[in-house]
Amino acid sequence: MRIRTAGVVAALGLALAAAGCGGSDGNDEPAAQESAGAAGGKLVIWADDKRTAALKPFADRFGQENGVTVEVQAVSKDLQTNFVTAAQQGSGPDVVVGAHDWIGNLVQNGAIEPVQLAAEQKSAFNETAIKAVTFNGQLYGVPYAQENLALIRNTELAPEAPATIEDLVATGKKLKAEKKVSEILCLQVGQNGDSYHIYPLYTSGGGYLFGTNATGDYDPSDVGVGKPGSIEAFKKIAALGEKGEGVLKRSISDTNSIATFTGKKCAYLASGPWATPDVKKANLSYDISPFPGFAGGQEAQPFVGVQAFYVAAKGKNKALAQEFVANYTTKPDLAVALYEAEPRPPALTAALDQVKAQDPDLAKFAEAGKNGQVLPAIPAMAAIWDPFGKAEAAIIGGADPEKTITAAGKTITGSIK
Amino acid sequence: MSTPLSGPGSASRTPGREPAGSRPGRGRTRHDATVSPTGLAIKVVLLGLTAAIAVWAAFPLLEGGHWVGLGLLVVTTAGLFYLYLGRRHVPAKYLVPGTLFLIAFQVLPVLYTASTAFTNFGDGHRGSKDEAVVAIQTASVRQVPGSAEYALTIATTGDPATGPLVFLVTDPGTGTVQVGDADGLRRVDPGDVTVAPGGRVTAAQGYTVLNIGQASARSQEITELVVPTAGGALRSSGLSRAYEGTAVRAYDAGCDCIRDSESGRTWTADDEIGAFVAADGERLAQGWRVTVGLSNFTRVLTDPNISGPFFGTLVWNFAFAIGSTGGTFILGMFIALALHSPRMRGTNVYRVLLILPYAMPSFAMLLVWRDMFNTDFGLINSVFGLGVDWFGDEWTARIAVILVQLWLGYPYMFLVATGALQAIPRELTEATSVDGASPWQSFRAVTLPLLLVALSPLLIASFAFNFNNFNAIYLTTEGAPFPADNPSNGATDLLITYTYRLAFGGQGAEFGFAAAISLFIFTIVALVSAVSFRRTRKQEEVYA
Repeated sequence: MRIRTAGVVAALGLALAAAGCGGSDGNDEPAAQESAGAAGGKLVIWADDKRTAALKPFADRFGQENGVTVEVQAVSKDLQTNFVTAAQQGSGPDVVVGAHDWIGNLVQNGAIEPVQLAAEQKSAFNETAIKAVTFNGQLYGVPYAQENLALIRNTELAPEAPATIEDLVATGKKLKAEKKVSEILCLQVGQNGDSYHIYPLYTSGGGYLFGTNATGDYDPSDVGVGKPGSIEAFKKIAALGEKGEGVLKRSISDTNSIATFTGKKCAYLASGPWATPDVKKANLSYDISPFPGFAGGQEAQPFVGVQAFYVAAKGKNKALAQEFVANYTTKPDLAVALYEAEPRPPALTAALDQVKAQDPDLAKFAEAGKNGQVLPAIPAMAAIWDPFGKAEAAIIGGADPEKTITAAGKTITGSIK
Repeated sequence: MSTPLSGPGSASRTPGREPAGSRPGRGRTRHDATVSPTGLAIKVVLLGLTAAIAVWAAFPLLEGGHWVGLGLLVVTTAGLFYLYLGRRHVPAKYLVPGTLFLIAFQVLPVLYTASTAFTNFGDGHRGSKDEAVVAIQTASVRQVPGSAEYALTIATTGDPATGPLVFLVTDPGTGTVQVGDADGLRRVDPGDVTVAPGGRVTAAQGYTVLNIGQASARSQEITELVVPTAGGALRSSGLSRAYEGTAVRAYDAGCDCIRDSESGRTWTADDEIGAFVAADGERLAQGWRVTVGLSNFTRVLTDPNISGPFFGTLVWNFAFAIGSTGGTFILGMFIALALHSPRMRGTNVYRVLLILPYAMPSFAMLLVWRDMFNTDFGLINSVFGLGVDWFGDEWTARIAVILVQLWLGYPYMFLVATGALQAIPRELTEATSVDGASPWQSFRAVTLPLLLVALSPLLIASFAFNFNNFNAIYLTTEGAPFPADNPSNGATDLLITYTYRLAFGGQGAEFGFAAAISLFIFTIVALVSAVSFRRTRKQEEVYA
């Protein structure tokens, strides 16, 4: 009896083990055979949820045309971190899709490789977009879309595009006095600030983040935060803050800024192409113009961000990945399809021209970004976001601009190696 | 708690149920024959699962050549089978699963964290030195200025899957076709090749042209194939273009440095910090992981940014943990007492309503609460007609986060207190009222001490959890408000949110440093818990 029980347990246990084994074989082998049937090549692409859906038909077409298997995998959260970790372990993808300001971090971790584009391929792109993906003199990705802030206004309330922020405040105050709106400007600040959205006003006031070196790259040893220009800029911002005109408020945050605008509680919204679906849904007449600067100040320059395709340095199929990124994603129809998935202006001039006709907003956003500054991709930029945003929030809340921004500058230079 | 733990096995082992006349020595074997079919089935399934998981885990280990890991896996699995197929070692049968999970999910992560704390592991220092060198060299390959871009075809002189690879390249200007391999470029007789309009070779005598599918199967060989030329080397860019490029930077083993052939600069390897450093102190971004000894720990102790606000943050951290735990306990307990009263009607309805906050995901509720505290648009200010800048002032922000914790946490305390109250015999409280004690006196002298005996371990666990309650702060105030002159330490920052900002807020993630800080926090929580447990044990001795 003893032997029998043990035997039954062992035999069944082994059977189960074999089943488990067979199960995993059942999953792996057909896939392997399939790709073997497709002559062996397999390309894995990682992108976020939205882009995965748009990429899929194109990836499939690329696979069919070339007899390779292409897998587009959605990584819905922390794509950059996941990619760096996976690349380090050798389980990462061949191609990854993401924002250009990742480049600095991806390069310092040896996670991506330069892409060699021919001169005529490069010239098909918007110049700013190519500049954005160039890091240390090397092109690290192929851009497909770019985005920047602009001023969206409700034309029923404010028919004229304001030339300066003072004009905007005057109109906004009048509307507020007439009880047509409750806020002058919907520009998200939040409890801990928002460096991205305040940047046009900061540059107009005379501030900068990083100086540029001889080759035109951002120089992490020249931090502009805490310098006299930044103090001047924040004095002007403070005048618009809660203790001043009440235009900039910490209570307006990423969660309520667009909703307040679409609820017609403010006439102006500082936002980018990602806000247009909501604005369109709200059924209000709107127009888009460049974000205005201070009267007599410098140009208000928004950040320009670029979305790009990158070749993973530790991918298993780098030659195919290079082929896909350098020679396939540079075609306009893919850029148009990605635009249709999410309305951001394409970086390929030909693609932008193609969609401009059906979507006039795009041209206006592109116009607003013309004088924009490429969002710095150097790793040192990571040290800016948090202290800069907090200083902004504190100053808007009424703190002393000079003291606050000097302290922020100290924190930033302290954490840059 | 006097009922003994009894499983299906222990009942059948009761000596009284043993068939009469069994020989004493064979007793164990005889009664094992009565193992229930359900028990047997469970055993089979569990052991089968163990074997399946082991087999599943073995393949990646085998593939990666992790022999130590594989050995451990085999020994553990064999040990488990020996233990559960055999008859002996009954106590071990109960202890081993828990011990294994303890090792896998507690001991190993703690050891890994501790070992990471002695390294510079983080962004820019993730891999080995060799990997850094490769990354630096590949990142420095530049197209030779003024050189041509070639149309590329991958071909072989042998079998498409295994034959030696060559590049067939067409010069776009002259249209001449050349064949290239590791020995260099050679002209090909124009009569032997067919060139498509785009410039790519589609067929060549003596060579088999690979299509993209075939070529991509040999991707690695293609990326590694470098055809030397006069100006540099011909490399593939994808599968249809080639360019002439040179690696501007190269590693020189002689001086253990990276040399830039254009500018002549050198960066010497510094194995103390895991980076290549130039004479003027400039570092190359791609570094590697090294052991840095105690420097992460000394940084925690000596960096004025950390040690300066450390004490204030620690005090608030204790206040937050005690406030959250104590507040929820008191509220939960009083509600439980109220519903425990025999005069209370409709207790089930109340109970369901009261545990609702517990049933909602705290992640989402924290974000909802954050928006409710908004100064101009928040529910709280608009309902009460207030204009309080909740997260803008130190004390209101602290009150706000504790209020949120109270709302999220009291249902748990209510549930456990209800359970513990039902275990206290009503005769005890009745006896006190017979003796003439007021309800408060009987609560103080009888109910509360007995409750505390049962709930103390839970309170300590709750304290330890709240001490490191990252979400409660990060999803509401993010540590705000911050003093104007110090953006790195806010009024509601806990040690964990503060150090998260220090370790991940600067120039990329610093896992080594973060691990060192978490060891400090671990020490603090462990000390507090140890002291509390000791005190609880004394209390139990008094009331038991």
